[in-house]
Amino acid sequence: MPTPSLPLEAPAQASQQPANDVIVFDDVSIAFEEKVVLDGISFRLPRGETKAIFGVAGSGKSTILKLALGLIKPDRGHIYTLGEDVTQMPEEQLFELRRKVGIVFQESALFDSLTVHDNVAFRLMEEGTVDAEEIDRRVREALRFVELENTVDMFPAELSGGMRRRVAIARAIITQPETLLYDSPTGGLDPVTSTTIVELIVKQRDVYKTSSLLVTHRLQDAFIMANHYFDAKANQMRLVPPGGRIEVPLAFLMLRDGKVIFDGDLHHLARTHDEYIREYIS
Amino acid sequence: MAAGDFLSSIELISPSEFAKRKIQSVQDYSILAAQSVANLFRRPRYMADTIQQMDLIGFGSLQIVLASIFFTGAALALNSATTLRRFGATTVIGQLVSIGIIRELGPVLAGLVVAGRNSSGMASELGSMIVTEQIDAMRALGTDPLKKLVTPRVSATVVMLFFLTILGDFLGLLGGSVVATLLLGQDAHSYWSNAWQTLVFSDVFTGLVKPLVFGFIIATVGCYYGLSTKGGTQGVGRSTTEAVVAAMILIIVVDVFVTQLLILIFGS
Repeated sequence: MPTPSLPLEAPAQASQQPANDVIVFDDVSIAFEEKVVLDGISFRLPRGETKAIFGVAGSGKSTILKLALGLIKPDRGHIYTLGEDVTQMPEEQLFELRRKVGIVFQESALFDSLTVHDNVAFRLMEEGTVDAEEIDRRVREALRFVELENTVDMFPAELSGGMRRRVAIARAIITQPETLLYDSPTGGLDPVTSTTIVELIVKQRDVYKTSSLLVTHRLQDAFIMANHYFDAKANQMRLVPPGGRIEVPLAFLMLRDGKVIFDGDLHHLARTHDEYIREYIS
Repeated sequence: MAAGDFLSSIELISPSEFAKRKIQSVQDYSILAAQSVANLFRRPRYMADTIQQMDLIGFGSLQIVLASIFFTGAALALNSATTLRRFGATTVIGQLVSIGIIRELGPVLAGLVVAGRNSSGMASELGSMIVTEQIDAMRALGTDPLKKLVTPRVSATVVMLFFLTILGDFLGLLGGSVVATLLLGQDAHSYWSNAWQTLVFSDVFTGLVKPLVFGFIIATVGCYYGLSTKGGTQGVGRSTTEAVVAAMILIIVVDVFVTQLLILIFGS
């Protein structure tokens, strides 16, 4: 089956990043051991939007997140994160930029020799500009957000997989970064825990208006995010009423054979005639 | 796994590719070693991490370093006595043990023991952090792993190996003294004055420069192999083994060059 080209939103072509975009990929390619993983992909993440990235295993979804943070360098192309070309920046400058971006790794990547408190506080303690009392207050606030305040003195090994993901989210949001990157935050979790994580992501999106890239295998999670909004007053996620005026800032990006085959919102996705995508979402 | 499957799983690479990879490894190691030193002069400085590493590396290795050099000093005295008795010169055992331990055996043994214990520890700890994405997480959180993890280990190992060697040297002399007095019937005062008076500045200097070099090798090699880990838990095991082997071989080889260099400088 030929790879269809269905970029429903125009990919970024210019080397200049529009002011409204927090992340722009411009003709980015990368190969590992001669295997091409991303082949000239372009897309942009507008401020305030969440973009869910899909694709089969090994299609380069997690690579996109690492590229966006400058953790790895592409073989070709440019990546603009918060207006900075991360492909041209030395590691020392990237450390500054990364402090404005939060990331939740696939396996949480909590520091196993530190307590939950120290994991969540890591970024604040490293910055060295916040006193211990303020750090403690913010750690508890972040843990309250993920409903894990009682785990503050525990070690990661004592937590379940879902709890570790939530601690990782708390660690990512403690400085209220402008952008969040989630790498399969619900992978391998039971449906109840997955829904809790999804609710946290929706809360972060709708309450704090954080832009985010979300890598996931679970299409149903993205559909929940597309059909729900967070009601701050009731402190819970609610279904978007049919015909309502609530706009959910969620877009979908689909990868195949190293290329972007779809980039658009839920309505475009539902109307696509591409067989591969229809099979994927069915 | 069948033999055919095993053979087909072995990666064959061309000699030029092999050479390229080795040169790349040397280059990466050199950069890591240079940055670990350069980071001493950059902020932030991780004093708490350095002190914690000093405790783990220094105090943690104290018993095995002291025990190994004590018994080596004793064995050296026994072996020397066998030869010296033929010439009726057993009174110079103190001199032989003193020169042997302080110039050579003290620093090398302390280095090898600490390498066996700590190069492997560093490689496995950092390797585990690599395979569980903790190093990537640290970079993503805006912290330089070289500053946070490597430099404290390097400075802690250099400082603690220096003091471990001094203590080890003393225990080595004590081991020789126990053999000389209890087994060979020598006068303890005679042994210690012989051992003390035979030492000149270059002997002590040589014995104190070597642990600084060896400490640097132990920590940088351990950290390099740890941070280069690939391939999950199996990779961590491989890095750990390779780190110990490389650190020990490097210590033995570099010892020859440092000894020759110092002989050239001091002329003896």
